[in-house]
Amino acid sequence: MSTSTEEVRDWIKTRKYSAGFVTDLESDTVAPGLNPDIIRFISAKKNEPEWMLEWRLEAYERWLKMTPPSWAHVSYPDIDYQAISYYSAPKSMADGPKSLDEVDPKLLETYEKLGIPLEEQKRLAGVAVDYVFDSVSVATTFREKLADAGVIFCSISDAINEHPELVRPYLGSVVPQGDNYFAALNSAVFTDGSFVFIPKGVRCPMELSTYFRINELNTGQFERTLIVAEERSHVSYLEGCTAPQRDENQLHAAVVELVALDDAEIKYSTVQNWYPGDENGKGGIYNFVTKRGDCRGANSKISWTQVETGSAVTWKYPSCVLRGDNSVGEFYSVAVTNNHQQADTGTKMIHLGKNTRSTIVSKGIAAGQSDQSYRGLVRINPGAQGARNHTTCDSLLIGDACGAHTFPYTEIKNHSAVLEHEATTSKISEDQLFYCRSRGLGEEDAVSMIVNGFCKEVFRELPMEFAVEAGKLLAVSLEGAVG
Amino acid sequence: MLEINDLHAEVDGKTILKGITLSVKAGEVHAVMGPNGSGKSTLAAVLAGRPGYEVTGGSVSYQGNDLLDMEPEERAAAGVFLGFQYPVEIPGVSNSYFLKAAVNAARTARGEPEIDAVSFLKELRAALKDMDMSDDMVKRGVNEGFSGGEKKRNEILQMLMLKPKLGVLDEIDSGLDIDALKVVGKGINALRSPERAFVLVTHYQRLLDHIEPDVVHVLADGQIIRTGDRQLALELEDKGYGWLTGEAA
Repeated sequence: MSTSTEEVRDWIKTRKYSAGFVTDLESDTVAPGLNPDIIRFISAKKNEPEWMLEWRLEAYERWLKMTPPSWAHVSYPDIDYQAISYYSAPKSMADGPKSLDEVDPKLLETYEKLGIPLEEQKRLAGVAVDYVFDSVSVATTFREKLADAGVIFCSISDAINEHPELVRPYLGSVVPQGDNYFAALNSAVFTDGSFVFIPKGVRCPMELSTYFRINELNTGQFERTLIVAEERSHVSYLEGCTAPQRDENQLHAAVVELVALDDAEIKYSTVQNWYPGDENGKGGIYNFVTKRGDCRGANSKISWTQVETGSAVTWKYPSCVLRGDNSVGEFYSVAVTNNHQQADTGTKMIHLGKNTRSTIVSKGIAAGQSDQSYRGLVRINPGAQGARNHTTCDSLLIGDACGAHTFPYTEIKNHSAVLEHEATTSKISEDQLFYCRSRGLGEEDAVSMIVNGFCKEVFRELPMEFAVEAGKLLAVSLEGAVG
Repeated sequence: MLEINDLHAEVDGKTILKGITLSVKAGEVHAVMGPNGSGKSTLAAVLAGRPGYEVTGGSVSYQGNDLLDMEPEERAAAGVFLGFQYPVEIPGVSNSYFLKAAVNAARTARGEPEIDAVSFLKELRAALKDMDMSDDMVKRGVNEGFSGGEKKRNEILQMLMLKPKLGVLDEIDSGLDIDALKVVGKGINALRSPERAFVLVTHYQRLLDHIEPDVVHVLADGQIIRTGDRQLALELEDKGYGWLTGEAA
């Protein structure tokens, strides 16, 4: 899909249009600025039904009354939301690099280190090949196999049009429009994302993946993902943003909603490596993401596993609402920050049902001048008889210019709750490094090995091929962190 | 193989080694003994290139190369092995993974291909048996939760796998009970060969009951004050270090 200037103009002609919209139109991007007309435009481009447009506009109204959160332990200049363009169709392939020779060699070097094959390197770098770069294509490949099982895996836009009866009851039911500033913004302007529906009793026959989402170099800043697992179903979903992106500071405000009904299980894994900015902290992605899972049914389970190595600023708390009795929430996280990266990340475990259990394992690694915080909330509501939580929160510092902070919050309103919290902060010791080196390992290999060991508890939660990749990614992220 | 000439070294601005001269030929086992604080462990650390130990004078030649000019990993690649007095723990990194990485680093340095899984496992099993260690020990994190004795056995296990040309073992006997001492001695003796040399740093003579040294040096206040044979160690045990340093030990 591409949006030419003509198309936009045609569209504008047919609609009531408020001043200031036409100016500075690019061939494939609408002019910066956010107003109801832009939202109508987005909705119309996607042929959305009226209810969807109403929902977006409602979110926009809420957003207008909100202010950006300031409690996170991060700092960045105020974002001018009127300076952002909210609809940007992929640039035509003709504008992209024609061959690998035209691609930034540093980027290729990184792919090399990640062990990404040459053909895939071309795709990742956006070199013109006949290939479609979004989650839809991935779904298409396996559509038959998935359809046989009754699984729906498609873009959220397609789902809104083709399966409104499945989308409408769930959209915004976990992360409401007005949940927070960025979620409200996303609700108003989301342009892409995935929809997954696993019917009753079905075990999804394959791991669903949006590995190539990063390829959308010019879109996808406001994705919205919705996964619904009906009774007794099971799904494992992988989200990979494994290629660094060369760009200005860019806002990425996604929303992910998961719904697990009785006895259902959703496993959601992320390897996030958005462009972190350069060595001096210039550029990089602002990754302000709201991810939440609702264990709506009894005995349901939602498990988040994330490896966060990218982004200039991260604000992200994948959470679980443990509504169903005996439901289980898990959060396994590795966050790596280097150079001038900032990350404020963690989770919320909200215990509502009886005998609900949650596990939090957070591993933070800070190097360079980076700063990172673990922020976690465990709330036990009055009705959550017999709830249990175990939290392990470890930080590893490399060098002496970085910072690691822990902000654990607990709200206990039922005295039968059992909570355990362990936290450690350590440095890679000179002794460990020397030990490895005296066994013949180079300094960077030694750091990589020590850090991988530190992250083992989380990596073993990842699907095999992701675990290998995560390990390599860690090594690349921490390059130059010592010495 | 190893020529140490008038070696001076300091730690945190404090001079520890005050002119050590020592020559080790291939096939020899040298014991370096001395009271606490004499500089024994500093000598071992300097030979392995530990950061924080500054050489202020003298030279060390290893197989004709300037050892002091080499990074710790380069020394390892050239066949120098340091057995640590206090081996560190590396949580989450399995012992076998670590060993394999070390073996492959050595092979890569020699221009050899990486070891295949089957050969590695075979060698590892044999080494484990020699060291009287269970298979379970290599599945655990490197030294993670190991007892003092287990850590020392693990050092020798690594040495058996890496087959260095020069083994520098820093108080490998400390913290070992008599059975473990026997096992460790057996491990070291298994590697003795005309091409290989060892420097054993030890406080006590008892290690030398299990590993017969060719030369014994006594270190005091950063200098070698006496060199002799096995008899010197036995005499020391009898009379104490005060016999040579002129103080009550």
